[in-house]
Amino acid sequence: MTLGFYPGCSLKGSSREYAESVLAVAEAFDIHLEEIKDWNCCGATAAHNMNKELSLALPARILSLAEKQGLTELVVPCAACYSRLTVTKHELSENPALKAVVTEANDLAYTGSVNVLNIVQMLDKYIIPNLEGKVVKPFDHKVACYYGCLLVRPHEILKFDREEDPQSMDALMLKAGATPIDWAFKTECCGAGLSVSRTSSVGRLSGKIMGDAKDRGAEAIIVACPMCHSNLDMRRDAINSYLGEKVDIPVLYITQAIGLAIGLDRKTLGLQRHFVKVSV
Amino acid sequence: MSSDSHHSGISGLGGEVLGHTDVKVSHCYQCGKCSAGCPLSEEMDYPPSVIMRMLQTGNPDLEDKVLRSLSIWVCLTCEMCFSRCPMSIDIPKMMDFLREKSLNEKKSDPKAKEIIAFHKSFLDSIKYTGRLYEIGLFVDYKARTLKILDDLALAPKMMKRGKLNIIPELIKDRSGVASIFRKANKKNKN
Amino acid sequence: MSKIGVFVCHCGENISSTVDCEKVAATVGKYDGVAFSVDYKYMCSDPGQSIIKNAIAEKGLTGVVVAACSPRMHEPTFRKVCAEAGLNPYMCEMANLREHCSWVHEKGEATTEKAIDLVRILVEKVKYNQSLNSIKVPVTKTALVIGGGIAGIQASLDIANTGHKVILIEKDPSIGGHMSQLSETFPTLDCSQCILTPRMVEVAQHPNITLYTYAELESLEGFIGNFKAKIRKKSKSLDEKLCTGCGLCTTKCPTKKIPSEFNEGLGNRTAIYVPFPQAVPNKPVIDRIHCTYYTKGKCKICEKVCPTGAIRFDQEDQIVEVEVGAIVVATGFAVKRPDFFPEYGYGKYADVITGLQFERLASASGPTLGEIRRPSDGKIPEKIVFLACAGSRDPAKGIPYCSKICCMYIAKHAMLYQHKVHSGKSYVFYMDIRAGGKMYEEFVRRAIEDDGVNYIRGRVSKIYEKNGKLIVSGVDTLLNAMPVEIEADMVVLATAGVANEGAEELAQKLHISYDPYKFFAEAHPKLKPVETNTGGIFLAGSCQAPRDIPESVAMASGAAVKVAGLFSQDELTREPIIAVVNRQAAPVYSSCVGCFLCVSACPYQAIEKEEIKNRTGDLIKSIAKVNPGLCQGCGTCVAFCRTKSIDIQGYTHEQMYSEVMALLNEY
Repeated sequence: MTLGFYPGCSLKGSSREYAESVLAVAEAFDIHLEEIKDWNCCGATAAHNMNKELSLALPARILSLAEKQGLTELVVPCAACYSRLTVTKHELSENPALKAVVTEANDLAYTGSVNVLNIVQMLDKYIIPNLEGKVVKPFDHKVACYYGCLLVRPHEILKFDREEDPQSMDALMLKAGATPIDWAFKTECCGAGLSVSRTSSVGRLSGKIMGDAKDRGAEAIIVACPMCHSNLDMRRDAINSYLGEKVDIPVLYITQAIGLAIGLDRKTLGLQRHFVKVSV
Repeated sequence: MSSDSHHSGISGLGGEVLGHTDVKVSHCYQCGKCSAGCPLSEEMDYPPSVIMRMLQTGNPDLEDKVLRSLSIWVCLTCEMCFSRCPMSIDIPKMMDFLREKSLNEKKSDPKAKEIIAFHKSFLDSIKYTGRLYEIGLFVDYKARTLKILDDLALAPKMMKRGKLNIIPELIKDRSGVASIFRKANKKNKN
Repeated sequence: MSKIGVFVCHCGENISSTVDCEKVAATVGKYDGVAFSVDYKYMCSDPGQSIIKNAIAEKGLTGVVVAACSPRMHEPTFRKVCAEAGLNPYMCEMANLREHCSWVHEKGEATTEKAIDLVRILVEKVKYNQSLNSIKVPVTKTALVIGGGIAGIQASLDIANTGHKVILIEKDPSIGGHMSQLSETFPTLDCSQCILTPRMVEVAQHPNITLYTYAELESLEGFIGNFKAKIRKKSKSLDEKLCTGCGLCTTKCPTKKIPSEFNEGLGNRTAIYVPFPQAVPNKPVIDRIHCTYYTKGKCKICEKVCPTGAIRFDQEDQIVEVEVGAIVVATGFAVKRPDFFPEYGYGKYADVITGLQFERLASASGPTLGEIRRPSDGKIPEKIVFLACAGSRDPAKGIPYCSKICCMYIAKHAMLYQHKVHSGKSYVFYMDIRAGGKMYEEFVRRAIEDDGVNYIRGRVSKIYEKNGKLIVSGVDTLLNAMPVEIEADMVVLATAGVANEGAEELAQKLHISYDPYKFFAEAHPKLKPVETNTGGIFLAGSCQAPRDIPESVAMASGAAVKVAGLFSQDELTREPIIAVVNRQAAPVYSSCVGCFLCVSACPYQAIEKEEIKNRTGDLIKSIAKVNPGLCQGCGTCVAFCRTKSIDIQGYTHEQMYSEVMALLNEY
């Protein structure tokens, strides 16, 4: 089976292990992820902070290219890209005038027919039904599933899981043999776009998240967003200095955890690329 | 909601917010739930509910302070405020508009210099290559902010783990992306 | 030749601000058959009424058109004016210039033109009006009261004390309602049970009151003065006559872990149970959903231990039919379960409870015997947080309205807590303090000033548990939205008051209307607060909107007076707006051909067959006949009649055509 695939910039660079694990898990289930040809950046936080039209035109180009390529379902592992693509689809369907402006800027046909899936939806729809027989090494750890902001909010537009105490990742991890813990910071913000420009804020916000996970005995944090990952993993020094102690809980993409459970090797899943050693 | 605006007669910045985002500042009854849930509230000069109140007054001095505030730039658009607002006010959407307006009117808070520089470097990167070029972004950002020493240790570590591309990923239709930028920017200045 | 008088009312400025009333009067005054036409500021006032009366006398008017507000508002007023002036009241019609014209259009020529049209069609109609006489119907002087909370109790007692019979039905095993669950009551802090239970006993012992507990309304037919109600008495699995209320069965029942409704789930009850010790009647019922005998087919311990042999496992529901003349609906409200507040963790954290649960903790009859102990571990909370508007004033969660009672009970809760736990600290997060009411504001001030309750203006964003504490994160909006984080031991949510589950179905059974929140609708928000739009059915208490005890009681007494007023007459006059089958001279007798489609169409079973016989008793013709006592004037039969043999009096085919033609014909 073939599904459309939009990796986004992070997955080609600082979060390439996310792409590696997504592709490896898909392959293990005979799913071919077909990358959109000549895709561009979605514009991320910068675009919608600075220029509304740009923030819609960039994702619209991506969706148009997917349409052109004949893709009906598009897997978007990065939560930020997923959010931008979904918001764009919503805004353009609600506002025909805006759609005209944006498609004019793009010079590409756009109908809004592509179905955008985040990684949890993709796993739930295509992997989980066949997972049971494939688990060879259950991910037998206490895990804190961390959803962040952009996977679940705003619910009015994304219509995915629930905004408070979401459960979809917990349910997946349970099936992979993990014990998801009940904790309080599932959807608190990690600091995301301020990672470089205001690292101290990220230390505080991600520190609170890490602190609660630690207090409740999490052995790993499971994420589905490259920004959440880079803040919780690469910014661990800032986190530790906020917490005043050294916390070495590893942060895994959900596809890495599932990959381990089905016996894929650590290197294929890119675990060696993490800043905080993946000891689980 | 746009038909509302016809009768509401809201002038000033609140009226502009309504026109551009459908957010009606009068819907806010100042419960403060947004500020209570906002992860950046304590770093803001005016927490979200206070921004709403300032806009409600219609006082030009206060509206000017909103555009010059640090709040609008430290807002992360995490959507927590919108998700919990009992009146379903789309504050993040409003913040996007306020930021854009603040930039256009050259009123952005100097304390937000790094945040804005990062956004600009980010957009410049994709403007020329179509995709984000992380090394380019860092270099450009450092050039803009002169924060040469920050995060200097990070790059080699990332490099070692294969997390940085030396060469940017160039898309073929770079002129197409550049044209999107041109059109969007032109529109903005009008 | 008709001599019609037209009276155009300005309704203060309600009509005249958009309609040129003078022009309306002047234009209509020129029409054929209009003998008099005038406009006036308040036609319903005494001088306005005199204008009509004088014109009838001086001009010898044969018909009157009052162009003013809705006939719902003032048709009875103006018909009475006509009658007093010697004109048959049904020769008076009202053109609704307010709701149908001035309120819904902007000022302008077209608006005035529409007003003229509205008057003109009624001028043409009234030319065909005929004198009618009102219909007399008997009154059944027994009232049905639905709901045995404080409102239903008060209404029952008040009606019964006027000497009339009352049938009170209550869906639960005991009367008492929410008030029986409360601890102390604001603003006097007198004990709820102490003032309520004597009333409950009075109800049980009153010779004029028949009490059916564990009973619900099955169906209702009829109309004011003449209702027929079917009541379903749910099976209690008990012979109430034999039961002495000794309570042995409830102590021996092995199924003991059922969350008690009376204690809001903070305590348990058995499968055969009396909801609370002061229940009226103080006799048990078997909860068949939880009883081992009904679920597993064996046990019957209660039957074995019952000294009088009162248990009846095979008892079935019983339908009782009663005839009543008036109904008081007092079905109360429900407390919205705050499950829809996942950010506050209700249902997840045992120590996040509702206001009603706090009442049970504070009540001497509650699971902790009145000591404030938290549900999770029974500890006395040292820090307690109360959240106002947990659901109310929250359109995002579906409840835009203010539940009205919460501000006061929160102040009371915090006060009771401070009185019982002297070293404790209490906090109230609020948006506004709504304390309108006698001694209410003073009561809240007392909580703040004398009892040291900390009021913080702001809505809480999130509650989560950490190291055994509930972290409550909010802000103080009076301090530039400064973050406030309280490590609490217990949190009480002032959840919204909402309509009862099933309110909609009940309203449909009763043919009364309800608002978007499913609270029952009063006939007029100011002047008819206890009436419904259905004659003979009245409202009391929180089924109409969230109400506190004094308001519920006042409403109940108001409804009772309305019932007593109705019962003070032996006969009721009803409007003669009913269907009639035409009758003609022999040999036709009637244009009715006896197809009797109307009989099957009539929702009120008001049409019967009439046999027309000759002198020797031979059947000449069968035709339809309308029973004026049963007909509600809905007009369904008129639409069904293929030979146009049925007319609604006051709305005949002739009258309707004349209205339509008046509009179609250029004048």
